[in-house]
Amino acid sequence: MAAITQALSYALRTLPPLPRPLGPGRTGPGRDLTLSYEDEVKLLRSPRHTPWRWVLLVGGLLLFLWLPTYLGDPGLRVASLCGIFAIGAIGLNLLTGYTGQISLGSAFFVGVGAYTAAYFGGQRGWSMPAYLALAALIGFLVGGVIGPFALRLRGNYLVVVTLGLVFLGEHLWNNWDSVTGGGNGISLGAAPMSVGPLDFKAGLELGGETYSFEQSFFWLVWALVAVGALLAKNLVRSRAGRAMQAIRDRDLSAEVIGVSPARYKVGAFAWSSAYAAVAGALYGLLQQYVSPSEFGLFLSITYVAIIIIGGLGTIFGAIVGALFVEGGRSLIEQNSGQPIFDPLITTRAGEPGIFTIGELNAVLFGLAIVLFLLFEPRGLAAFWFRAKTWFVSWPFSY
Amino acid sequence: MSGLGAPILAAVTGDDLLQTGFSGIALGCKYALIALGFSIVFKATGVINFAQAAMVLLGAYLTFNFTQTWDLNFYLSLVIAMVIGALVGVVIEALVLRWLVGESPAALIMVTIGLLFVLDNVVTAIWGPDNHNLGDPWGIETREVLGVTVPVRDLWTIGFAAAVVAAFFTFFRYSNLGLAMRAAAFDPEAAMAQGIPARRVHRVAWAIAGVVAALAGATLAAGAGQLSPATGAVALVAFPAIILGGLDSPLGAVVGGLIIGLVQQYTALLAPEYFDWVGESFERVSPYLVMILILLIRPYGLFGTREVRRV
Repeated sequence: MAAITQALSYALRTLPPLPRPLGPGRTGPGRDLTLSYEDEVKLLRSPRHTPWRWVLLVGGLLLFLWLPTYLGDPGLRVASLCGIFAIGAIGLNLLTGYTGQISLGSAFFVGVGAYTAAYFGGQRGWSMPAYLALAALIGFLVGGVIGPFALRLRGNYLVVVTLGLVFLGEHLWNNWDSVTGGGNGISLGAAPMSVGPLDFKAGLELGGETYSFEQSFFWLVWALVAVGALLAKNLVRSRAGRAMQAIRDRDLSAEVIGVSPARYKVGAFAWSSAYAAVAGALYGLLQQYVSPSEFGLFLSITYVAIIIIGGLGTIFGAIVGALFVEGGRSLIEQNSGQPIFDPLITTRAGEPGIFTIGELNAVLFGLAIVLFLLFEPRGLAAFWFRAKTWFVSWPFSY
Repeated sequence: MSGLGAPILAAVTGDDLLQTGFSGIALGCKYALIALGFSIVFKATGVINFAQAAMVLLGAYLTFNFTQTWDLNFYLSLVIAMVIGALVGVVIEALVLRWLVGESPAALIMVTIGLLFVLDNVVTAIWGPDNHNLGDPWGIETREVLGVTVPVRDLWTIGFAAAVVAAFFTFFRYSNLGLAMRAAAFDPEAAMAQGIPARRVHRVAWAIAGVVAALAGATLAAGAGQLSPATGAVALVAFPAIILGGLDSPLGAVVGGLIIGLVQQYTALLAPEYFDWVGESFERVSPYLVMILILLIRPYGLFGTREVRRV
């Protein structure tokens, strides 16, 4: 018991600091060549220093506001699903990309969140902020309890233990009938989805306009993605984040210079599970129904693939990876009737073609993982870094 | 009756226990064969090869293809499947894993998972999602051994596993290449300094893994209508076996496989009778529970090499 409370207190100590307010840029000679530490860690310096970040920020904000009025409901569901995966992937990236602990256990923590929302929201009618917060908290606690395994086990052994966690979780969801509804699953249809005057389920009413559930849910999810990304960014550029990266790079050296591996490994597990649990709760709300088979190994692998394809150890990489993997999968599913897929896709009813849609998606998914690891192990984020370096070092780019 | 008769304490008889012991050992031998494939690749190259599960599936379907579609003799088909399995292993090594030597464990694991998805779905696309008969000559025949009824295919499985273990031992103990592989696994740098070709060691390890995978696939899929794409998923249960035994120990793979096989069959027998609160089909997850418990006591498995951390 003492070990658990200690583990949890370690986890809590990794809470990120508040975002730093924007300060005035440096003036005087050498203003472009030197950078104070204050400025170095700022998310946004003046538009003159980091113009592209400002363009991305403003552009992203406009896109966020405009997209729901442009995309139809099916497209918005896909976009929301991508956002949900992005939230979980940001969390997993804290654990794998920043702390170097490989975990195939995401699906378990996603399940924890989904069933928390289903039970407290769907069955007992708690309000949305309450059950979302509870999902995050339970995810955090469960992650904090699982975390100590990472202190005892290393690398490959940890991978297989977290793999076992997914199977044990599936067994639990299948058998804990009173909470999870067993193998048949459980409905979230009755879960309230309102925050104050904003009712996401019935659709938002803003300025005389009424928006659909899909439109409202898109705004909810992507607002949470932004909050999650900001929290994670703050975590990794603070003391805790540097400690995590030190453990990733060489845990022994980190320990020697006084970084406590116990505190930060357990903390990273707890935080990443909290993110996964929130993603799970939102997933349940989007689908309105959850059943055990959804939280299998495939989900875990999808999450790891997202952060590898997006870019390990970058926050925006997790978001880009989620858009690429989940968006790509849905695009192929929705366009499977197009003529270019004819030689590839069959419905097995005697049509020509090689794969079913599911098989084609799985093969492309596998190929994407293999090709990215072979040719661009730093993922999609590397393209951005390369472009940035090219411009920064111009006219000496090569 | 209502409680008047003597309470039946032993719903499970001694014969049941013996029978389950046999089937547990047979199942354990199948896991041991899969686990040996995992363990030899890990020992030689440091890669946890998730694609082994797909190689098992491919081996089973190739055997099926040769017996049923081409009408070849079963044992001949099995040998051809093993040869092709070896080739597939070598090709995977040459096309993918060779270029990732020295990458992080996360990259190595994910690349084999990627290969697993590709291979699994290509196999399903070629042979379809239906269940098939492998076409093994053992069928549903049984023999009486020590008073319990044992399927003949279980006896063959145990025989195959024993033969493979003996062959492994002979190979590593007496052949030059086996010696080279042991040296390369023990200390890759020192081995290379002695002129041991690392590439050939890797290639041979993957080839052996392919051979063992095909054999494991055929034993897993033997029996009436046992061959389906789900056969590959069974191979994942071999993970607790190798972890339990210690990743880099072939002996551990065999012992771990047997333990997992026995645990699984005995939970299937005993759980519904004596501890049904654990829920339905607990035998599917009991191996993972045993693995976690043993790892908490011995973090490198029963026979694994303890990692030395030098400051």
